[in-house]
Amino acid sequence: MTLLILRRLLGFALTLLAISAAVFFLMNVLPGDPAMVILGIESTEDARAALRDQLGLNDPVIWRYLAWLGGAVQGDFGVSYSFKVPVAELIAERLPMTLALAGLATVVTVALALVLGVYAATHHGRAGDWAVMAFSQLGIAIPAFWLSMLLVILFAVTLRWLPPGGFPGWDDPIAALRALILPATALALVQSAVLARVTRSAMLEVMRQTYIRTATATGLSPARVMWRHALPNALVPIVTIIGMQVANLVTGTIVIENVFYLPGLGRLVFQAISNRDLITVQAMVTLFAAIVVTANFLVDLAYLWIDPRLRART
Amino acid sequence: MTAFRAAATAALPAALLAALIAATPALAETTLSIGTQQEPTSLDPTADATASIDGMLVQNVYETLTQVNEPGEVLPQLAKSWTVSPDGLVYDFALQSGVTFHDGTTFDANDVKFSFDRAMAEGSVNPSKSIFAPIASVEVTAPDAIRITLKQKDGFFLFNIAQGDASIVAPESVDGNATKPMGTGPFMFTDWTRGDRLVLTKNAAWRDAGSVAIDRVEFRFIAEPAAATAAMLAGEIDAFPGFPAPELMEQFEADPRFTVVVGSTEGEVILAMNNSDEVLKDIGVRRAISHALNRDAIIDGAMYGRAQPIGSFFAPHHVSYVDLTGTYPHDVAKAKALLAEAGVTAPEFLLRVPPFPYATRSAEIIQGQLADAGMTVKIENVEWGFWLDEVFKKKNYDLSIIAHTSPNDLGNFARGPDYFYGYDNPEFVKLWDAIKFEADPVKRDALLKDAQRMVADQAVHGFLFQLPKLGVYAKGVTGFWNSSPVLYQPLATVAKAN
Amino acid sequence: MRLPANLLIGGTLVALVLGTAALSLVWTPHDATRIVVAMKFQPPSWSHPLGTDQLGRDVVSQLMVGARNSVAIALVAVLLGGGIGTALGLLAAAVGGWVEEVVMRLADFSFAFPALLFAIMLAAVFGPSLTNAVIAIAFINIPVFARVARASAAQVWTRGYVLAAASAGRGRAAITWDHVIPNVLAPVTVQLTIEFAVGILAEAALSYLGLGVQPPTPSWGRMLSEAQTLLYLAPQLAIWPGVCIMVAVLGFNLLGDGLRDLSDPMLRRAR
Repeated sequence: MTLLILRRLLGFALTLLAISAAVFFLMNVLPGDPAMVILGIESTEDARAALRDQLGLNDPVIWRYLAWLGGAVQGDFGVSYSFKVPVAELIAERLPMTLALAGLATVVTVALALVLGVYAATHHGRAGDWAVMAFSQLGIAIPAFWLSMLLVILFAVTLRWLPPGGFPGWDDPIAALRALILPATALALVQSAVLARVTRSAMLEVMRQTYIRTATATGLSPARVMWRHALPNALVPIVTIIGMQVANLVTGTIVIENVFYLPGLGRLVFQAISNRDLITVQAMVTLFAAIVVTANFLVDLAYLWIDPRLRART
Repeated sequence: MTAFRAAATAALPAALLAALIAATPALAETTLSIGTQQEPTSLDPTADATASIDGMLVQNVYETLTQVNEPGEVLPQLAKSWTVSPDGLVYDFALQSGVTFHDGTTFDANDVKFSFDRAMAEGSVNPSKSIFAPIASVEVTAPDAIRITLKQKDGFFLFNIAQGDASIVAPESVDGNATKPMGTGPFMFTDWTRGDRLVLTKNAAWRDAGSVAIDRVEFRFIAEPAAATAAMLAGEIDAFPGFPAPELMEQFEADPRFTVVVGSTEGEVILAMNNSDEVLKDIGVRRAISHALNRDAIIDGAMYGRAQPIGSFFAPHHVSYVDLTGTYPHDVAKAKALLAEAGVTAPEFLLRVPPFPYATRSAEIIQGQLADAGMTVKIENVEWGFWLDEVFKKKNYDLSIIAHTSPNDLGNFARGPDYFYGYDNPEFVKLWDAIKFEADPVKRDALLKDAQRMVADQAVHGFLFQLPKLGVYAKGVTGFWNSSPVLYQPLATVAKAN
Repeated sequence: MRLPANLLIGGTLVALVLGTAALSLVWTPHDATRIVVAMKFQPPSWSHPLGTDQLGRDVVSQLMVGARNSVAIALVAVLLGGGIGTALGLLAAAVGGWVEEVVMRLADFSFAFPALLFAIMLAAVFGPSLTNAVIAIAFINIPVFARVARASAAQVWTRGYVLAAASAGRGRAAITWDHVIPNVLAPVTVQLTIEFAVGILAEAALSYLGLGVQPPTPSWGRMLSEAQTLLYLAPQLAIWPGVCIMVAVLGFNLLGDGLRDLSDPMLRRAR
């Protein structure tokens, strides 16, 4: 068990190292001089040279990467070229927005998927099952950005119930929540499609087991059998998919934030790439990768917790 | 939920009380919220070229020696008056007295000298360093007087030092300006939430504070047109001086709650041609392209009719403007004939388009128009960083679409073949030198007109339209400029009737 | 009972998309790229069944050509990525040891790297183009196929007759060719169909972000990104390109599901 965790931690560190290096060198071959982007087309060459010097861009690439890495290990991610504040501060500023969006979307996703999946499983082969399966197939086939547009057309342009984009800040929590409803829904509908399908088939598998039949035969209410006995046993594949979906959630959040112009991490990374704010992109992509790798790691741990039988194997 | 409501009820009386206390001494605060499309990266106009920094802060938080008004005239600001020596080289400025920076430090001639020396210094990162290039020296002649000596005459000098790049900053606070701007202007910086808003409050100590009608200004960053529209319709925004979507102007015009103003900016939108390209260096080919362009269709399709066509590289609202839109009327047959004459058959051009709506929307229309005249255009929508590198720096392009937003930028054509135009014309350089050194307004006017004609005649670029300034204002909001000769918008004269 | 439904609906939709794409090669109602600004935002009519867009181009014609581009890009990209990924997976299973470890770690690594950001950076380095969209989509597919191929191949390598062949002195390449590939083909084909749907979605997303095909080549994703700026003025333009993406993705997904059910009767029971 401890060995497993140690091995995983080592893999985790190596993956992050590889990704940060890949991003660093990729960003370095990007055409586009950060100094030129900041100072504009009327700037003189000597002013740009001075700025490059200030930003430390004249040092050799390897040296800069090692310096960045050395800082990052100690929690110092450098100072953003374009925003002129520490990258950690920038990320901290944007994180609540992204977390709120991702969190809200995940809650809706899981709730919707479990309800639909269990419902479909209990109504196996009937109209309800077909409806859920159709929803799932459609959800998988619809790009989140298009769903966002449809939601905006309906709820923002036509009915004018919700804002079409932008974020009013946290001062007014109600307004902030209203701004998050459409983006979170767009993310959740697409994500829950896959999850509902997995929940359904996992439930069907479990329901075939004898102990469930026994429980039903002993006169427990069908709902109780479903939620107390069948669902917990169907959790392994469900949790696996939730874990795998974290990667999709990260990408989805990046796209949705840009569709709705929400000032979160996804928008920041786009801005940073176009500003050639290398040091910010670097930290953010590493962060995204860390989230995905951590999620996979947690899924593995969750297996051990959910299914004690698996512990024996490691 | 219950707990939240309980907390809210408890907080309410306290908030009311606080509001009452605050409201008793003065009249109700006037807050003006202004929509801005572009979000600033930092807040220091002397180290970053982002236009919205100047747009929000210059003449509001930061001040300059001189300022420019809406018609483009130079007026006093921190310099209350000045004299120029007969040879046009020595400027003596008399400074305002009793001015303080927002942190309480005193403003005097040393701050002016510091600001100019800093911008001119070798390690300076000023985005418009070239406007300081003619300066030979800056001397403090008295605590409230400064003398600037030029190396050569510069007809644009007083106009140039009215720009945000020449903001007067204090040595005590300059290092913090990127996140906490410190100036002498009518508004003080209060708060900045990146991605959301920037807040200014009235500076009661400003020399003419009595005339300032707004107590609090909130700039809201709203990049997306649909969100901007929704915020205007919901009354969250009082003014959107640079509204991002020309296609929605009609909707606001039809709504009695709003005033819509279509003015113009200093941005000439051109179909830039690489004059050093083998094919495009032939004036016949460039003229053929000019004839192939149908400006009205471009303005209709890309700007929904909300822009003024231009025939040269000069803003129509400027006094010295000549209308040259008739130089190359839309004529496909003529375009084909000119191409044939130049011995060019079925040319192919790479059109690299920067990520601005005016450019991407124009690109496809231009592609279609040039195709009608037998020219193939390959469009590449590129990122800004890519554009700066490949097009601007390396001249790796045939055609591009770009707005030149600086005032007095006809001088671009005198920058020689290394500039991304690839245009090399010693005659124009001579003409531009004459304009720069000419102090007599009448002679200068004539020279400027000559320069416009020369650029149009040479068909250096395809001249498309002047970038409009689309303003949407709630009824009762007054004092915003219709057109902008500069990047900033002074708010000291803006008012909002309740 | 579900089996024919999947295959039937999926097959029909795929045939519809492929048919439209093929038809667009020889005929569209109008020139899809012909701009007539004066004809912008025309409502549906006999001549323009779905109206015209903001530059007066015929929407139906653009959708038809868009089908062709989507299908072509997804096909090339998925085959490319799938080919490389499958080869890597087979190699990992055949050689084992550190090679397997390296291949699988690389797969983990590319899973953790947000593919979208990779595409953005690729476009930022080389400029946006069809080729870069293809490369980005192919890249996403490599680890997917590497895993699928390795998992199936590893199973084959444990079978008695394979072990027997190995001990009889058959080389790894020969065994891979004779025994492993035939067994890996089915899961890889199923994955191809499914990834094809993902490829169409990815192409739409990249074009939507301006990183895919460049104007004037019509593309569903690009049509949506142009329509998005006009939601208040012409919401109808945001409808049809999305419907097309949905139909194409749905078709390939259903077809893939159907094929999987056919190839693996064990799975059918669980569904």
